[in-house]
Formats: sequence, C-alpha cells, structure tokens
Amino acid sequence: MNDMTRVERAVDSKDIKINAKKVQVYYGATHAIKDVDVEIEDKTVTAFIGPSGCGKSTFLRCLNRMNDTIDICRVEGDILLDGEDIYDKRVDPVQLRAKVGMVFQKPNPFPKSIYDNVAYGPRIHGLARNKSELDEIVEKSLRRGAIWDEVKDRLDAPGTGLSGGQQQRLCIARAVATEPEVLLMDEPCSALDPIATAQVEELIDELRSRYSVVIVTHSMQQAARVSQKTAFFHLGNLVEFGETGQIFTNPVDPRTESYITGRIG
Amino acid sequence: MTDASMQSPETGRHTISLTATDERTQKRARAEKRFRSYGLAAIGTGLFFLVVLFTSILSQGLPAFQRTVVSVDFTLTEPQRDEAEGTLFKTKAYSNLFVTQLSKELSERGISVDFDEAAIERLLGKVGGTIRSFYAENPGKLNEPIKFDLTASSRVDGYFKGRVSRDTIQDSRFLQKSDLDLVDALEEAGIIKQAFNWPFIIGADSGVDNPGGAGIGASVVGSFFMMVVVLGLSLPIGVAASIYLEEFAPQNKFTDLIEVNISNLAAVPSIVFGILGLAVFIQFMHLPQSAPLVGGLVLTLMTLPTIIISTRASLKAVPPSIRDAALGVGASKMQAVFHHVLPLAAPGILTGTIIGLAQALGETAPLLLIGMVGFVARGYPDGFLAGFTEPNSAMPAQIYTWAARADVGFYEKAWGGIIILLMFLLTMNIIAIILRRRFERRW
Ligand SMILES: Nc1ncnc2c1ncn2[C@@H]1O[C@H](COP(=O)(O)OP(=O)(O)O)[C@@H](O)[C@H]1O
Ligand SMILES: [Mg+2]
Repeated sequence: MNDMTRVERAVDSKDIKINAKKVQVYYGATHAIKDVDVEIEDKTVTAFIGPSGCGKSTFLRCLNRMNDTIDICRVEGDILLDGEDIYDKRVDPVQLRAKVGMVFQKPNPFPKSIYDNVAYGPRIHGLARNKSELDEIVEKSLRRGAIWDEVKDRLDAPGTGLSGGQQQRLCIARAVATEPEVLLMDEPCSALDPIATAQVEELIDELRSRYSVVIVTHSMQQAARVSQKTAFFHLGNLVEFGETGQIFTNPVDPRTESYITGRIG
Repeated sequence: MTDASMQSPETGRHTISLTATDERTQKRARAEKRFRSYGLAAIGTGLFFLVVLFTSILSQGLPAFQRTVVSVDFTLTEPQRDEAEGTLFKTKAYSNLFVTQLSKELSERGISVDFDEAAIERLLGKVGGTIRSFYAENPGKLNEPIKFDLTASSRVDGYFKGRVSRDTIQDSRFLQKSDLDLVDALEEAGIIKQAFNWPFIIGADSGVDNPGGAGIGASVVGSFFMMVVVLGLSLPIGVAASIYLEEFAPQNKFTDLIEVNISNLAAVPSIVFGILGLAVFIQFMHLPQSAPLVGGLVLTLMTLPTIIISTRASLKAVPPSIRDAALGVGASKMQAVFHHVLPLAAPGILTGTIIGLAQALGETAPLLLIGMVGFVARGYPDGFLAGFTEPNSAMPAQIYTWAARADVGFYEKAWGGIIILLMFLLTMNIIAIILRRRFERRW
C-alpha cells in the first residue's frame, strides 16, 4: 500500500506529475505540435483549450502514447512522467496506459456487460487475485465514476444500453479501474446533454482528489468551472499556460484574449 | 376544405391549397411511380426466372429419387443349389430357377405371360449372379423364402416414368416390345413397383451402361473431405492474414502490392487454379492424382481471397473507438484485436467463410483438371485418412460426368445430383444466416 503514503504526501506539496519539454509532433510532413513545454501537476485539473485543429487532442494523446497507433505520427522532445521518459525505448506503452488512463470524446463502452466493461482492465493487468477482489474493484470504480447507484442492480446489462451520460461515466469508471495516476479526457462532455455534462463535471472535480486530470474542452465555461490550470493552444503552439483564473481574467498574450472574448474561433 | 379557405380574406393573398398538387410535384410523383414500376418489373423478372429454374430442376430431378424395384419371394433348396453348382453355366442355372418360381407365382395369381431367362436379364440385369453370390455368402438361408429387391433396368424405369413408351420403343438388346407385357403383368401382380431410391443417395458411380445403379454418395463423401481441407486451411490462414494486414501491417508499397494481388486473385478464373494445382501439387510435389486432398488444396487457393476480402471488410467495420477503448485501458494491440475486435467481426467472417466454402463446393473446372472426374468415384474410401488420399470425385464433377453420358437415365441422375448439391448449398447459406443473426451485436 505504498500508494497511500504517496497520496498523503502529495496533498500538501503539489508534485509535477508530467513534465513535457520541447515536444514536436509531426503527421507526415504536417507539423502539428510545435515546441510545447508544459508541466502538469498532481491532484490538479489541467484544461487544454483552443480553436479546433490547434493540436489539443494530438498533444493529449502524446501523454499516453496513443499516437503510436497512427503510422505517420512522429513525436520528438521529452515527456517525463514522474521523472521517467515515457518515450524511452524500454517503456512498454501497455504499462504506461494503465498508469495514464484515457476517456474519449464519444462514449465508447465495450459491447459487453457493465461489469465486464469495468473488470476488463483489472483482468488484463492481473489486479485481482479472485472473483471477490474483482467485484470489489468493480464496485469501487463504479462508485468513483459516480454511477454505482444507477447500475448496481443491473451489472449484467450491456454497457451500450445506458444513456450517453451514463456511458461516459461508465467509461470514466473503466479508466479508473486500472488504478491510474493520470486521467486524460478528450472533450468528454461534447456528446452529452447539459444535465449529463454537469454530472460529469462534478465527477471530474471529485477525481481531482486522487488523480492528476487533463481535460481537453472546447467550452471555455467548462474550463473555467472545472480546472485549476489552463493551457491555451493555437496553431500547434502553446500560447499561454497558467492559473485558470488568471488566464480568463487577465491573459498575457493578445491571442488568448481574442480567443476568450470570441474573436478567434 | 373548400375554396374559401384558400383566399385569406384580410390580406387577399392567394395561397395554394395543399390538396391541389402543382405541375412540378405531379412530375416528380410520376417519375417516382415510374421508377417503382421499373423496380417491380426487375424483381418480377428475377422471380420468374427463379421459378422457371426451380420447377425445371424439380421436375427433371425428382424422378431420380424414385427407382423401380421388383420384389420377389424366392426359395432355394439345397438339392437345387447343388444341381445348379454342378452345371457349366452356373448363373444361368440360377436365372432359370428364378424364372420358374416367378412364372409359378404369376400363374398362381391367374396371370399368364410367357417369358424366358433372357427377358429377365433385360429387365433386372444379371439376376442369376446376384442370387448365387447371396447364397454363397449366406448358406444358412437355404430352404426358406427370401425376399429379393431387384432394381429394374433403366429402360423399365423409364417406362414407368414416361421416358419410354410402347410406341417409341425399338427392339434392342436392352429392351424389347414383348418385355413390356411381362412388366405390365408384374405390375398387375404387384411385384414391380416404385420405391424411394436409396441407392442413388448412398451409392457410388456405376458403369456407363448402368444408369440405374448410379449413386451420388461416394462423391458427396469426396466433397466432404475436400471441404474439410478447405475449411481447415483457408479459415486460419485467411483470418490470420487479414488480421495481420488490417491491424498490424505498416502501410507501405509492399503491403499495397499484396493488397492489389489479393483482389486480383479473387478474379482469376477457376480453371487457372486447376492447371496450377495439376502442375504444382501433382506433377511437381507428386501428391496422388484425383485425391480430395489435392482438390481441397486447389480450392483453398481459390477460397482464400474471398475469405481474406470479407474478413478484412468485417474487421474494418468494427468502429475504431472500440480499439481506442481497449488500448486506452492498457490492452496490448493483440489483446485489443482478440478480445474486442475479432468477436465483433466474427459474424462477418463466418458469413464470408461459408460463402467461400459454398463457392468451393460448387466448383467443377479445377477438379476435372486434377483428375477428380465422376467415374473415379466407384466406392467409399476405407477409413477417415484414406478419404483424403484415395481417388474420388466431388458432387459437381460427378454431375458433369453424368450429364455428358449418352444414356438418358444418366441425364435424370444429373438433375437429381443438382438437387442434392443445391440442398447442401441451401443448408450452408441458412447456417450462415443463422450464425450472423445469433452473433450480431450492436455497438
Ligand atoms: N491522424 C491524423 N493524421 C493526419 N493529421 C492529423 C491526424 N490527426 C490530427 N491531424 C492534424 O493535426 C492537427 C491537430 O489536430 P487535433 O489534435 O485533432 O486538433 P484539436 O483536437 O485541437 O481539434 C490538425 O491540423 C489535424 O488535421
Ligand atoms: Mg480534438
């Protein structure tokens, strides 16, 4: 249980969880991310905002090496997770992704039961020694995903039969089931209605007590509501990065100001 | 509504009633109606030809499932046996005994007809030989009445089925006009009748002048062993190749080349595969000729492109979000494919495989080139492994051989064989549909 001790220590002094230095991403000849330096803190919600096509998703996907699945994608620079380079040759992306979970734009539960959706990650990583341990993990994860009360009576029902908002919370529960340290969310609310969005936002705020959360959003209100740090991307550059309050009230860069006031879209 | 409502009184603005269609709308409606009738006509034409096809297949092929049999009670005593065995022409002696007993039985029923041993031979083939070998094998059955079911010759069968009539018959060594009196008498006595033709279903091919004895069973077995080879090779190879190409292979010139070649292979005429099989498997690798193993190998080559193309299509149809989801929780690429993508693609893969197998089952040309012609199917293989290597034919090749033979009795057998082949294909297609329904999942 050395996880617990680390959690307690981290509450007072916010460690740097991910440190990205001079990151470049190319899709073939397209230079999608240019020279991005960013420090993501533990137990913090960091929001990535910016006009569409500016590279938010691309950068987010570098953080758990999901870009590896795109043949033409090439990443340069250093991304350190707890001081270790995640693009090191010795790093297996499979292990990395268990530590850095991801929630996608469109809710994508497996076409399996709710139970199996959540149990899949722990199963393949061997986190449970027996059925009752697995049951425990599933329940704990569904509770953290704030969906336990809604589904506890129908764990055998297909995950795809839930409403959009429930599906997205199920996906969050699935992501936390592997005990990740960082949660990446790529526009997790863009396919949801306002009520479901509010529920997910509330959940993100709760998740902050345990995880470092990085959320891409196209809604500035959302960024303002849930995040403590905000990064503004524009045309592949990180234009401004700082406290959310400061970015929204007193941006340094004129491009940030134009975007926030609605002049670049 | 009346016209009054069309004119709004305050503004005086003229509004067009929805109940009156204008010129453009009418034109569109007419165009749509025309298109529908074209569609219906097309479907109607298709259905018409289907009905014609099925009625002709059924009307021509169903008689093959009926045969004409003569069932006679025959008793052979021991002294009779010993006497017959003492003569020079032993089977002829047995034939004569048979003739005597048959005419006695007929006259007991008050029917008198004159016939000799030669007439019986024209009707029933070599009866004497059949009886003699029966008693040689079962000496214990002497002195008691035994029921012999003897298949009537193809001409007599044709007389019952309307192929042969008194007016058209020409005296020949196969059948003479006078023989028909005997046939009528036997029918009156209830000795000759129509029965279900089991020998057609379970039997093997017969000689060119014995259409009555021809059966499709042996070539069904040949087809079965070929399908075992095809399924056992093309499903694993095809699925593995598709998964590799679709999920793992890098996109480059080399994989592009492979892709183009697979698509082209699917369009190569089957006879090309046949001659390839002859050159490579038989002449170069010295595998046995006419063997279902070789037939299966050739058909595997033909089926692989079909399976690969349909498997890749069904892998492509699995939404990428499922792969992302699996990779996102830390599954390896292989786990993502085998745990999530493959189960979702399975119905499509199964359907493609069964359609590929059905194509292979109906393929004739390449089998003729490697020697799996119909007349090779003279019996069942001894045992399971021998089924792969012993010379045999396959259903379509057997049908082709029968259709090419001179005797019209074989023509009927060819149509009957087609009914059997179609039944197998229909079953396979129904299985494909059931599997697809059962495994289909929504996401
Ligand atoms: N798979 C890909 N292949 C090629 N180009 C891509 C791919 N994904 C994204 N891009 C390009 O990278 C840039 C950044 O895209 P993305 O990160 O999706 O932007 P955002 O998420 O901020 O809207 C865009 O110009 C886009 O066209
Ligand atoms: Mg995006």
